[in-house]
Amino acid sequence: MNVRIAISTGSPTPIYRQIAEQVRMAIATGKLRIGDQLPSVRALAEDLVLNPNTVARAYTDLTRDGLIESRSGRGVFIIRKRKVFTREEGRRRLEPLLDALIGEAMAMDFTREELHDLFQKKLSHWKHEGGAS
Amino acid sequence: MSDQPIIRTRGLTRYFAKKPAVYELDLDVPPGSVFAFLGRNGSGKTTTIRMLLGLLQPTRGQGQILGYDIRALPPEARARIGYLTEEHQLYRWMTVRECGDFQSRFFPRWNNKIFRGVISHFALKDGARVKELSRGERAGLCLALTLAPDPELLILDDPTLGLDPVARRSLVESMIYLTRRADRTIFFSSHQLADVERVADYIAVLDKSVLRASCSLETFRNSVKDVRLRFSGAPPALPEIPGLLQAFRSESELRLICVHYNQPAEQKLRALAPTSIETAPISLEDALISYLGERGEKSFILSEAEAQP
Repeated sequence: MNVRIAISTGSPTPIYRQIAEQVRMAIATGKLRIGDQLPSVRALAEDLVLNPNTVARAYTDLTRDGLIESRSGRGVFIIRKRKVFTREEGRRRLEPLLDALIGEAMAMDFTREELHDLFQKKLSHWKHEGGAS
Repeated sequence: MSDQPIIRTRGLTRYFAKKPAVYELDLDVPPGSVFAFLGRNGSGKTTTIRMLLGLLQPTRGQGQILGYDIRALPPEARARIGYLTEEHQLYRWMTVRECGDFQSRFFPRWNNKIFRGVISHFALKDGARVKELSRGERAGLCLALTLAPDPELLILDDPTLGLDPVARRSLVESMIYLTRRADRTIFFSSHQLADVERVADYIAVLDKSVLRASCSLETFRNSVKDVRLRFSGAPPALPEIPGLLQAFRSESELRLICVHYNQPAEQKLRALAPTSIETAPISLEDALISYLGERGEKSFILSEAEAQP
């Protein structure tokens, strides 16, 4: 698996949800593709030092959402790349991030043109990666 | 694996002089679970554990452990329970290997592979003497001695007390490793909520000798919510809100920590005409601190069923 899942304790987000969200995000950004294998519940639990039930809970949610599938004796696989959020929900989540980004940029005295160029550059880089579609 | 609780108490009570140390405790620990026993210092956790192990007689009430009455635990029951206490009892002059050899004679089911495994996990040297070991190394040795008899119930009384982060992590890793045996139950008391978050399926919260919550970790977390109300001016006086644990007031905001925040509670808050109401999840630590704060005298989360709004 070319994605590293990292969790943090003490967060308002429960750990099982942190795991599920990271896998969803990795699928959405193309870091995980159809057919890629996830570590077994036991392996990920021991890697992240977690109760296996917590990892199982995350995998159950991802399975329910149709993103992963457990094939008996072989492991857990990504089966579908799909839109994680509706367009509307996506916008709702994206806008605060954009506001934060622009705010930071303004605070560091970036001009609109600079910001625009940086954004374009990043976008084209993502295209090469084949991530954004 | 039966569904009978591995530990079950009803009205378990212990007084010291005229003061209750544990009062009317009803506890059910499901088999195969990792169960965290939480509460402030002096809340009665150790007294409870000592009663469960038959080391202290209850003043009244009942308790069963592995199906046996805690007032008359037979040796065969004790052999199935591993107990790791706060104060580690070891002979200071023995070496690590000698400790293992010595302990193994008391346990017919002694598994030396487990002993060796834990010893190497904590990077202990066979020839090192107990008196030369660091606190973390001693904890590792004690854990190895507790685990080698392959107990089906493990009771750990504040196992990470005084351990450095590395030793603490090794201990938590060992606990995770132990869940490989699906019928093994781990009951542990702790103040380390990061560890609890990593390993616990269930939690129970004792406060001033009384059980205040007993449910799955997830239920507990879902039950405590951080509600923020914004106002155009100064926030109005707060009406009686059931399940309110804490309220913080600022110039134009009210922040409430609530248990079982539901429709009726929300309607009451809407009646205050805030410009916005936002509900957010809260970290385990914040939830527990609010729950154990001065305001909360009531018990809100005692069963899964109650937790449904």
